[in-house]
Amino acid sequence: MTDDKDVLRDVWFGRIPTCFTLYQDEITEREAEPYYLLLPRISYLTLVTDKVKKHFQKVMRQEEVNEIWFEYEGTPLKWHYPIGLLFDLHASNTALPWSITVHFKNFPEKDLLHCHSKDVIEAHFMACIKEADALKHKSQVINEMQKKDHKQLWMGLQNDKFEQFWAINRKLMEYPPEDSGFRYIPFRIYQATTERPFIQKLFRPIASGGQLHTLGDLLKDVCPSAITPEGGDIRFFMHYMDISVCSH
Amino acid sequence: MAMSSSLLWAVDIFGRVYTLSTVGQYWELCKDTQLEFKRVSAVKQCCWGIACDHQVYTYVFSGDVPIRYQEETYENQRWNPVGGFCEKLMPSDRWQWSDVSGLKHQQLDSFTLPSPHWEWESDWYVDENIGGEPTEKGGWTYAIDFPSTYTKDKKWNSCVRRRRWIRYRRYKSRDVWAKITSHDDPERLPDPFNDISIGGWEITDEPLGRLSVWAVSLQGRVWYRENVCHHNPEGSTWSLISTPGEVAQISCGSYDLLWATLWEGQAIVREGIDRNNPQGISWSTVESPSSDNGIMHVSVGVDVVWCITKDRKVWFRRGVNSHNPCGTSWIEMVGEMMMVNVGLNNQVWGIGCDDRTIYFRQGVTPSELSGKMWKAIVCGRESDRSQTGSSTSLLSAGCFFTDDIQNQTNTVIQGDADTSSDTELSSIPTNLSSTPPMGAAASSASSTGSQAAGAPASVTVDPLDSDQGEAPAASASDEKAHLESRKSTNPTPSTELQWTNIDLKEAHRHAVLSVSTFTETSSLSSLGMFSVGAEEQYGADEHPLWAWVSGGGCLVDLHSPLKWFAVPSGLSSSVQSLSLSITPAQTAAWRKQIFQQLSERTKRELENFRHYEQAVEQSVWVKTGMLQWWRNWKPHKWMDVRVALEQFTGSDGMRDSILFIYYMYHEEKKYIHVFLNEVTIIAEVLKEGKHSFALYTPERTKQRWPICLAATTEQEMHDWLSLLTMSCCESRRIQGPPSHHAIWSVSCKGDIFVSEPSPELEAEPHPMPCDQMFWRQVGGHLRLVECNNRGIVWGIGYDHTVWVHTGGYGGGFIQGLASSADNIYTQSDVKCVYIYENQRWNPVTGYSSRGLPTDRYMWSDASGLQECTKANTKPPSPQWSWVSDWYIDFSTSGGTDREGWQYAADFPASYHGHKTMKDFVRRRRWARSSLICQGTSWLHVGTDQPFVSISVGAFFQVWAVARDGSAFYRGSVSPKKPAGDCWYHIPSPQKQKLKQVSVGRTSVFVLDKNGNLWYRQGITPSYPQGSAWDHVSNNIRKMSVGPLDQVWVIADKVQGSHGLSCGTVCHRTGVQPMEPKGLAWDYGIGGGWEHVTVRGNASQAPRGTVPSESPPEPMESEGSGRKGQAERSRTPLMVSERQEVDSNAVNC
Repeated sequence: MTDDKDVLRDVWFGRIPTCFTLYQDEITEREAEPYYLLLPRISYLTLVTDKVKKHFQKVMRQEEVNEIWFEYEGTPLKWHYPIGLLFDLHASNTALPWSITVHFKNFPEKDLLHCHSKDVIEAHFMACIKEADALKHKSQVINEMQKKDHKQLWMGLQNDKFEQFWAINRKLMEYPPEDSGFRYIPFRIYQATTERPFIQKLFRPIASGGQLHTLGDLLKDVCPSAITPEGGDIRFFMHYMDISVCSH
Repeated sequence: MAMSSSLLWAVDIFGRVYTLSTVGQYWELCKDTQLEFKRVSAVKQCCWGIACDHQVYTYVFSGDVPIRYQEETYENQRWNPVGGFCEKLMPSDRWQWSDVSGLKHQQLDSFTLPSPHWEWESDWYVDENIGGEPTEKGGWTYAIDFPSTYTKDKKWNSCVRRRRWIRYRRYKSRDVWAKITSHDDPERLPDPFNDISIGGWEITDEPLGRLSVWAVSLQGRVWYRENVCHHNPEGSTWSLISTPGEVAQISCGSYDLLWATLWEGQAIVREGIDRNNPQGISWSTVESPSSDNGIMHVSVGVDVVWCITKDRKVWFRRGVNSHNPCGTSWIEMVGEMMMVNVGLNNQVWGIGCDDRTIYFRQGVTPSELSGKMWKAIVCGRESDRSQTGSSTSLLSAGCFFTDDIQNQTNTVIQGDADTSSDTELSSIPTNLSSTPPMGAAASSASSTGSQAAGAPASVTVDPLDSDQGEAPAASASDEKAHLESRKSTNPTPSTELQWTNIDLKEAHRHAVLSVSTFTETSSLSSLGMFSVGAEEQYGADEHPLWAWVSGGGCLVDLHSPLKWFAVPSGLSSSVQSLSLSITPAQTAAWRKQIFQQLSERTKRELENFRHYEQAVEQSVWVKTGMLQWWRNWKPHKWMDVRVALEQFTGSDGMRDSILFIYYMYHEEKKYIHVFLNEVTIIAEVLKEGKHSFALYTPERTKQRWPICLAATTEQEMHDWLSLLTMSCCESRRIQGPPSHHAIWSVSCKGDIFVSEPSPELEAEPHPMPCDQMFWRQVGGHLRLVECNNRGIVWGIGYDHTVWVHTGGYGGGFIQGLASSADNIYTQSDVKCVYIYENQRWNPVTGYSSRGLPTDRYMWSDASGLQECTKANTKPPSPQWSWVSDWYIDFSTSGGTDREGWQYAADFPASYHGHKTMKDFVRRRRWARSSLICQGTSWLHVGTDQPFVSISVGAFFQVWAVARDGSAFYRGSVSPKKPAGDCWYHIPSPQKQKLKQVSVGRTSVFVLDKNGNLWYRQGITPSYPQGSAWDHVSNNIRKMSVGPLDQVWVIADKVQGSHGLSCGTVCHRTGVQPMEPKGLAWDYGIGGGWEHVTVRGNASQAPRGTVPSESPPEPMESEGSGRKGQAERSRTPLMVSERQEVDSNAVNC
């Protein structure tokens, strides 16, 4: 799929229309207007909400402004999950725009990580990339890259530059022709209903018999209960695409 | 079909012949299934085999080019005063019907077809042509007496005359097994055959398609088939080759290696095989690697030998090459095999001893001939699939929904014998009872006893299903019958409803979205799905057992991975993976589904919210790096520079970019910058062997001084090239494939560029200057490229192979993002690099490599000025890699002796191919082929010989000329099918070899090597090949037919009132729809012209005036004429100047 520019572009340019409103208990000097924004699905909340922060800070007293955090229908939103994931996980059935409540007080320490600067996001993002490459290529590709390549990946994401990002990411998605795929498939399965953060397992793209594994094989292996007919009400999403159909 | 694929041939234990394509995933049953085979030996163009009747058969692929042979005979007559010319000849004369020499009696009816595999193309006809000149009607040529020189004109002293009769025969048995019949003396006929091996095509090119065919008879004698070549695919006779013992098996490599095994267990090696003696001279013996176990089987490649000893151990022979065909020693390899086969490029296949699986030897490279490991080929057979053909096609539409259900029913299926029977049946030859199983099958039955025994059992059990077996191609009605048969055999009530449900999308959606529907469907459909699962299941279980494999025609390309090792349905027990098997149709369906979902997502989430603010503002991004720059002050040299590409988005949302080059000038930091929207071309150049490229802007084109940058690695250069090219295209809003009106060009490096012409390009009186044209590179490597104005583009590579543009774009270094996902194929081109070995004669040692101090290098280039040794000579550029070792080139002009030497009195002088008393020096040319290989949007079109000229007409007529001077027409070329379907061979005008073809709107003109211009007559839409050649003119050097069918030529010699001019531009006047050949020549500028093309000129003369052609310009007065002459005479100078500078820019 890495060659399929059209699909990659569509995935990259996925946007969620969002309406930010200030939490009712926040003390303001005047009334806070809601703020509307198109959020990129593949980015992180704290990376793309500078404008939101500025907007609401204008109506607040400076001493009231602490670290910003977001919440949807009572659930604090983890900034280290991609925006698209947060939406699909918590709000996929909601009417658009997605209504997010903005908080500046009472940071939910046990639910959220602090995010004092963009460096924290960058570190988290690079850690994910590195983890994925460890699974895909024993970290060989990411380690062979130069610092500036890493920077380009990050800048590509931060500035929403598709080409800039993919010029580097392409290398991370390649594998030598003599191998038939990655060493392991990097994936995480998030569940809306459980407390467990996510499911992650080592999974090879090719079975011991030589045949290619499918997504269905993966799901069967990772969460067999969901694949049986009794688990028929469990649905799988990837970039909001309903992949349940593929897995059955 | 991609011609770059090739086939692996194999025989299973039942004698059925299968092929596996290098791009395929399934074994396909050989088209001709009349016979069972014991052994096959394949090359690219054909396969020879020994059938179970111990007879030899050949299977010639139906290629693009017909196999035809011209028979000729002469009719001779003498003049006498009474009857004039008549059949009565003098007693001393030749036969009335004879061959060209007159020595052999040859009547028309004495010609018979050599075998039942030939047919006559037409009846006999008279050749009305002599030496390229048309004769009078009747085709008679005259002479004073036999034998003599014949002329087309009858003179007063012409006493005899003769004419040539011609008839073509065509080989018709293509894509079928053709039995090799023998006309030999029955006494000397070989007994039944036991083994066969073909190869040797690399020994010599003459005649075209020559093959060495070796066979072993049951009595252990070795036979060589004489005269096997392209136009004689069956060969002529068997020659007995004496051997030191009884031979069991034989193997012939693609070059001069030939090994055979003796019943006693030794191997014998043929020595003395070369281009003059492809049969070789003598045998030497090589002992078995193990004293207890003799050699059972041997297989050879170009310079490798593999063998199997009687204990099934595998051995590799070290040190084998042309000079030492016996090699030095054996090394034992891993694995136990029944047989091994060495194919193209020394690649190796083997058949496992226990499992009868075919293994491919991975990692065989020129540096590691013995490879790395055996990897099992796990491919299903097309025949397994075809039984479920209709259900498979259903799967492709609804593939995502079915397997879960299948899975549930698996357990039921396995216990059910009835359901599997018809699959099994049709995999058994239907004439099973009439053909006794061959030995191989019987012997192997021990290992697979249960399966072999199981098969016939089921045949007898179920008569209903056996009917099915005889009609394996299940049509719709068959399918239904099939269902009903199932119904009747299975007590569970079947629901036809579920069958129809499979391809209904709504049903699936239900199944998935609503739990209740889902469970209901699954329980009901278990039977409906049943047979799909059952057959696949069974097909998968029935692992093919192989008896023989031949890779002699199988080119394993290291650049495109094989899909033989991971096939979903092959040996897998998981029916799961089947639904996502990677057939293109399914991938396409899958992609479409993903795309649809993404579009729906976009629609849902964006459509009503486009007015929302974007969270991330577009801004500048920069790519920086270190490159070298060819500095623009003297002394010119490479200097390290920092380079930065800044890309920003304008207010209109378009991206634009600036390239900055920062350098130091006398300790001072400076920079130059280029706006990428001004760049006209970015091209790789060869400058001092660096990975360098040049950037041109209109200004720099005028200066002939591009910005040259070099990277340290090829990868780095390609990253920059790819990014810069993308940025240029983006800033010019050019994307996607080239348009139909694109202008194509090829650099002297073979790189292909395309430019989109703007309307201003031809706008009079102020056309857009040429230097402002933007050229972008298209991946690929060609020597010439030709197109029409409707998007059909064909090209010829350096190796004279033919390619058609698929409409893709990108490829080459332009990977990934700026490249189309479809229509990218692997293109390769081969170029030879030549060096010379020079020797001088001295009285003591004769010719030796010790020259005089003043002599050239003993290993040099053609000029002798550059030292070129075998070791230090490199491929043309870093993108090329060697694909052969150095070999002596015998085709050097001037001729060579048997060792390739050319002699001369001294360096440098003219060389000749034989030694005389006066020759003190000699040289010989060594050649080495190099290969470039890249993913491109060019698709190879197969030809049976190298091509030199190609032309594409306005109505998609593709005409080409092969190097041997014959013409070809490509059938069925259309925008939807740019590659067409097959070549029609068009006989060239008698005795003429063509060199150029040009196709206008409807006209087709060709030029032969003797300077005759011919027009193709009788071309109609229904018969686009035309019927005959019509002579238009002689004395032509080059020609060009334009889009209005206008004809322009370079005439060889034109007589003026004061002198003779050679190489003159001439225009054919009077060309009109009813007079396409035109009437006369109008002579233009001349003296030293070499080439003219008017293919771009489609500007019609204004209507109402003289139709078609505007009248020739009025004769200029002498004075103005001279002025014009003076002006024009500067042009050739300018051209040569430009060429020089160009070569500086885009280096040759």
